[in-house]
Amino acid sequence: MIQINCLLILSAVMMFAGIFGFITRRSTLAILLSIELMLNAADINFAVFNRLLFNGQNVDGFFFTLFSIAITAAESAIAIAIMINIYRSLKDISVEKLEKMKW
Amino acid sequence: MDYSQFLYMTEELSLLLVILLVFLADLFLCREPKEGEQLEPSAKSPIAWVVLCLFTVHTLVNLLPCLNGSMEVTSAFGGMYQHSAMMTVVKSVLNVGTLVVFLMAGGWLSRPENQVKRGEFYLITLFTLLGMYLMISSGHFLMFFIGLEMASVPMAALVAFDKYRYESAEAGAKFVLLAIFSSGLLLYGISLIYGATGTLYFDLIGAQLSSRSLMSLVGLTFFLSGMGFKISLVPFHLWTADTYQGAPTIVTSYLSVISKGSAAFVLFTVLTKAFGASDLASEWNRALFWIIIASITIANLFAIQQQNLKRFMAFSAISQAGYLVLGVMGGTAQGQTALVYYLLVYMVANLGAFAVINVIEQQSGKIRIDDYDGLYNTNPKLSFLMTLCLFSLAGIPPFAGMFSKFFIFMAAFNAGYQWLVLIALINTVLSLYYYLLIVKAMYIKKNESPIATFRSDNGTRAALVICTIGVVLFGIMGVCYSYIDSLSVL
Repeated sequence: MIQINCLLILSAVMMFAGIFGFITRRSTLAILLSIELMLNAADINFAVFNRLLFNGQNVDGFFFTLFSIAITAAESAIAIAIMINIYRSLKDISVEKLEKMKW
Repeated sequence: MDYSQFLYMTEELSLLLVILLVFLADLFLCREPKEGEQLEPSAKSPIAWVVLCLFTVHTLVNLLPCLNGSMEVTSAFGGMYQHSAMMTVVKSVLNVGTLVVFLMAGGWLSRPENQVKRGEFYLITLFTLLGMYLMISSGHFLMFFIGLEMASVPMAALVAFDKYRYESAEAGAKFVLLAIFSSGLLLYGISLIYGATGTLYFDLIGAQLSSRSLMSLVGLTFFLSGMGFKISLVPFHLWTADTYQGAPTIVTSYLSVISKGSAAFVLFTVLTKAFGASDLASEWNRALFWIIIASITIANLFAIQQQNLKRFMAFSAISQAGYLVLGVMGGTAQGQTALVYYLLVYMVANLGAFAVINVIEQQSGKIRIDDYDGLYNTNPKLSFLMTLCLFSLAGIPPFAGMFSKFFIFMAAFNAGYQWLVLIALINTVLSLYYYLLIVKAMYIKKNESPIATFRSDNGTRAALVICTIGVVLFGIMGVCYSYIDSLSVL
C-alpha cells in the first residue's frame, strides 16, 4: 500500500511543475500541456482525499474528478482551435510572437 | 426523485428554453449565402428579432417574481442548487445587461463577415449566461465549478469571434490560457478544501472549517487567486487589457460587466458561506484588503497613460472591480446590498459608454482617445450621453454612480475598514481626472478632421436610452436601493 503522503506529494509536485511550465515555456502548446498537468494534479488530489477520508463509502471526490476531466477536454479543444487561428495568420504559435498588443 | 424540484429553477429553465428556440430559429430562419453572392453590408436578419423578443420575454417573466419575492432560501437537488430572492435580482440585472448588449450588437453582426455567424453569437452568449446562472445559484463546489467553466470556456470563443482579425485571435489565446490556468489554481484550492473538510457543500464546509489549518489556508489562497483572475483584480489582471483591446467591442462590454459582476457576487457568496468562520474570515479580509488597494491604485495609474479607448476602459474596469469587491469586505448583509446595487449602476454606465464606443468604431473605425477630439461639434447627442456615463463611472453627484460608490464605501466603513475607504476615496479623485480627459477631448479640444456626423442604428439608440434612464434614475430613485436591501440575506 502506497502511503497517502506520497500521493499528495506527487500531486503537489505536478501542480508546481505545471505552474513552472506555464511561466517558462515558449510554445503555447507546451503551455497548454503544463496547464493540463495542473488540472490533473487537482484531480489526483480529489481521488486521493476521497479514498483517504471515505474509503469508498462516498464518491463525491471521484465524481468531481470525472466532471473536471470532461471540462478540461472542452477547454483544450477551444484553446487549440484558437491556436490554429493564430497559426493561420502568424505561421507560428510561440508566445513571443503574440506581442502586437502590450502595455 | 422528486421532479417538482425543477420548479425552483425557473430562471435556468426559461433561459434554456430561449436557447433551444434560438437554436431552432438559427437552423431554419437563417439562409447560407450562395457561392459568390455579394452580401449586403447591413442586411437585416429575422434571427436578431427572434432573439430580442424571446430574451425580453425571458427578462420580464423573471423580473416579476422578484416583486413579491419571499425571503426564504430554498434549495433543490440535495443542496446543490440554491435559490433566494437576491439571486433572482442578480440574475435579472445580468438579464438586462445582456439585453442591452444584444441591442448594441445589431450593427456589428450585420457586417458581411459576421452575417453567417449571427446565430452563433447569440447562442454562445446565452450559454455563458446560463453558466453564470448556475454559478450564482450553486450550493456545492461541483456546481460552482461547472457553472464557472460554462461561463468562461464559451467566452474564449466569443473573444476570438472576429476570425479574420489577428488581434481577436491573440486576445482569445491570452484569455483562454489564463482562464484555464486560473481554473487549475481554483480546482487545486477546492481539492485542498475537500481534503480538509471531507465535503463540498458550502454550508457544511462553513460548519467544518471553524479553526484554520495549513491545508484550509493554502486552499483558500488558491481559491482566491483563481477568482482574482476571473474578476481581474491586481495582481491577477495581466490578461485584461490585451483581451479587452483585441476582443470585438461588443464582447468587451459583455466581458467587463456581466462576466465580472457575476463572479464578484459568487465570490461574496462562497467567502461568506464556506469561509465565514471568524478565523478564516480575518485571513481573507486581510488578503482582499491589499488586493483592493492594489487593484484600484495600479489600475488608475495605468489608465491615465492609455491612448486606446478600449484599453483605457479595461483599466477602468479593473479599478471598478476593486470598488465592487469592497462590498465583499467583512461579508455583511449591507455589503451584499451595496455590491448588487453597485453592479446594477456600474452595468448601465459602462454599457452606455461601450455603446458609444462601439457605434463610433462601427461607423468610422476610430478607437483612439485623440480621435474623439471635437466629437461634440459633429455628434453632440452621442458626446452628451458618453459624458453622462463617464460622470456616473467617476461618481459625480447627480448621477447613479455617486450613490453606488457612497453605499459601497458606507458598507466597508461600517465593517471597520476606514483606511481602505480613505484610499478608495483618494483614488476616486484620481479616476475623475482620467474620465474627464475623454470629456475634454470631446468638448474642448480642436480637431481638423473630427469624426463625421452619423445616425446610429436603432438598436444602439434603444440601448443608449435604457442606459441613460438607468444612469439618471437609479440614483435618484431610492426605492432601487431599499428594494435590494430588503432582500439581502446572509
